Amino acid sequence: MYVRIRAPFYRGRADNEDMSRITELEVNGIIRRVDAGPKRSLLSVLRDDLDLTGAKYGCGEGQCGACTVLLDGEAVRSCITPVAQAAGKRITTIEGLERDDRLHPLQEAFLATGAMQCGYCTPGMIMSGVSVLEKKASPTDAEIVHGMQGNICRCGTYPRIVAAVRMAAQQAKSARRTS
Amino acid sequence: MTNEFTRRDFLAALGGAGILILCQTEAADAQESGRRAHGGDAHPRAISAWLHIGEDGTINVYTGKTEVGQNIRTSLAQAVAEELRAPLASIHLVMADTDLTPYDMGTFGSRTTPTMAPELRKAARAAREALAGIAAAKWGVARTAVQVTDGKVFCEGHSAGFGELTRGQQMVESIGPELALTPATEWQVAGHSVPKVDARELVTGKHHYTPDMKRPGMLHGKVLRPAAFGAKLVGFDDAGARQVPGVTVVREGDFAAVAAPDAESAERALAALKGEWKSEPQPSDRDLFAYLKVNAEPGEDRQGRGSIERGMAEADRKLSQNYTVAYIAHVPLEPRAAVAEWNGDKLTVWTGTQRPFGVREELATALGIPEERVRVIVPDTGSGYGGKHSGEAAIEAARLAKAAGKPVQVVWTREEEFTWAYVRPAGVIEISSGARRDGVVTAWELHNYNSGPSAIGGTYDIPNQRIVFHPSKSPLRQGSYRGLAATANHFARESHMDELANALEIDPLEFRLRNLKNDRQRAVLLAAAEKFGWGKKKVAAGHGFGLAIGFEKGSYLAACAEVSIEGGRIKIIRVTESFECGAVVNPDHLRNQVEGSIIMAIGGALFEQLRFDNGRLLNPKLSQYRVPRFADVPVIETVLVDRKDLPSAGAGETPIVGLAPAVANAVFQATGKRMRSMPMAL
Repeated sequence: MYVRIRAPFYRGRADNEDMSRITELEVNGIIRRVDAGPKRSLLSVLRDDLDLTGAKYGCGEGQCGACTVLLDGEAVRSCITPVAQAAGKRITTIEGLERDDRLHPLQEAFLATGAMQCGYCTPGMIMSGVSVLEKKASPTDAEIVHGMQGNICRCGTYPRIVAAVRMAAQQAKSARRTS
Repeated sequence: MTNEFTRRDFLAALGGAGILILCQTEAADAQESGRRAHGGDAHPRAISAWLHIGEDGTINVYTGKTEVGQNIRTSLAQAVAEELRAPLASIHLVMADTDLTPYDMGTFGSRTTPTMAPELRKAARAAREALAGIAAAKWGVARTAVQVTDGKVFCEGHSAGFGELTRGQQMVESIGPELALTPATEWQVAGHSVPKVDARELVTGKHHYTPDMKRPGMLHGKVLRPAAFGAKLVGFDDAGARQVPGVTVVREGDFAAVAAPDAESAERALAALKGEWKSEPQPSDRDLFAYLKVNAEPGEDRQGRGSIERGMAEADRKLSQNYTVAYIAHVPLEPRAAVAEWNGDKLTVWTGTQRPFGVREELATALGIPEERVRVIVPDTGSGYGGKHSGEAAIEAARLAKAAGKPVQVVWTREEEFTWAYVRPAGVIEISSGARRDGVVTAWELHNYNSGPSAIGGTYDIPNQRIVFHPSKSPLRQGSYRGLAATANHFARESHMDELANALEIDPLEFRLRNLKNDRQRAVLLAAAEKFGWGKKKVAAGHGFGLAIGFEKGSYLAACAEVSIEGGRIKIIRVTESFECGAVVNPDHLRNQVEGSIIMAIGGALFEQLRFDNGRLLNPKLSQYRVPRFADVPVIETVLVDRKDLPSAGAGETPIVGLAPAVANAVFQATGKRMRSMPMAL
């Protein structure tokens, strides 16, 4: 009934108090200096220390997906990901999707389909959607639903979000065909 | 800042002059959050209270309403653009800032579209007239020779932008009633699907919701929560908490909280606070419905007509049934949050609330300062659904900030939001009815215990009825919710109508039509039935079809649902909903609200339910309280009935009321089991 949590758990190893502090993270292609205890959540380091507030707190237990970011391209719930798990990996947040003032095709698709109401879940939705598309360029609707099942939109814009992911996939496909 | 203070003084002067007091009719809507309408504040009539044109032509529009996802930042801008004859992109809404915007009772009751939009339309229309007047005087031509189009004022040989004419001056002209507004049939900007004006900020993560805000030197606050509802703090030890560097501890009566330079320290300090709580024994959800009935007040029949006894005597079939709805939580994805900052004796609070002026009042009372020294600013908020009428986090942050002498941010955890916010009322609804063999309902007696009086009456023409709402003592703190009790009352009424139709062996669509005279209600019912294929499409084995109608807050709807039973669970396959709210302001955004309401309604219909025992919630987490997700979404078809001849009504709430009864009726057709409780269980 509930969502399988895909954030990395590392029971029995991470609870080691002697683990050294995390001093460096690669965020959106840039090496950022931090000074964080290894067990702090990646979400809190991103938001409080690095001012990257696009990822949101929604539940603190990996159930709502508002905090979703990518680690080496894989969607994780940053609220239950200890920052130590992100060290040495490529972290991508919503702030890192824009390239040269151009939105990511999925961000454009969210605009085109009007796939939001209050927008609080939107960054997490987009990051999960990017991860779905990176795994498979042309997912079926069922695959989109399966891949996004861990993200909650309380406003209920789910059908538009599925349409946005589908649209981004189709546009990438036609771009490949014409290039 | 100077400009803001000027604006504040200006508004205060208008208020003091008491130009015109508009009586608000929203008391009933506010009632369920336990608050009465404020009512006494002036609705200013000068254009400049609502609208200002900068020298550069920027148009600022001021409204006390809040954007919580219902897209009024867009729809109100459309209304202004329409009447001002200005491009949509030139219009910027300043919303929900108690220093800058005219008093507003709050964003609830679907009142923005029927009341605020016309207010702003009139202001924009008056501004257009004033601009034309200024231009006519400047150019020495007749007013009638001047035209206003696309953000410019024209006359033969002359042209000027709005900013050139007003030069940034306030437009102090009064908004008169005499200027005709553009009818919906001629709308160019309103009535069309323009995109959400701030969507780019949302898809890039750049918009700062209250939890995203930072102020210089800001501390993070955490509150010690009672062990049970209503518990008193009888013992307190903060020695451990005070060991945390940079911590501030506050204890005022039952309120105990800490603030620290970072969230981790604040959590550590909170964990070190020792509180001893004393509470009274309290009921459990297992005994809830009996409890609500035992503690019910007699209530009043405000919609009675005819004689129930006579109606029952005329009936060939009689039916009595009880329906129940559980307490449910709003679960706004942005939890309650606030940032409070004191500058001398002036308090500024940023917080996600639907009632900025109400929260200003709460803050003034809690902090013992005049309202004039409190400013509440609401950043566009991560939803509310009626759940954010109150200012708990604002008061907590303000108390901590006062003690610490620094700005403080308080962001509730999800568990705090579940536990310490208020909930949608639970209730018991009893209906006794009688109908003739030909399908005419002759008697209808309804008693609603605790859930609320919204939409308790319905649109059927029943000659004899008695309808009573009985307030009761609620074990949980309850308040407003999207549509209030309209969902519960529609669930009971439309389920009961289905039971009557079944008892009389009349098709549910035909049965409803026999008891309905209201043209608008009939039109939406027929529109939904046709789109759904009611009476035409065959029901697959193991599936069921159900329908329901609804009316509330000026809007009519009908919903048809197809369900199947999979692994002992109800699966909603398809939902068709028709909706009519007068002249449609933004078709795409209206569709978004209807779709979203249907999906939110699935939670209350099938699985949302707060469990509690002896003053504690038993499922205050998203891993324990299920809300609708992607895989729960059926095929949704919406039918918008656009009535350009009727004033626009709000649409953020009412589309939620039809889903549950349509599904319950479909489940009956599929299984022969009648669902009389929300959430439904087979």
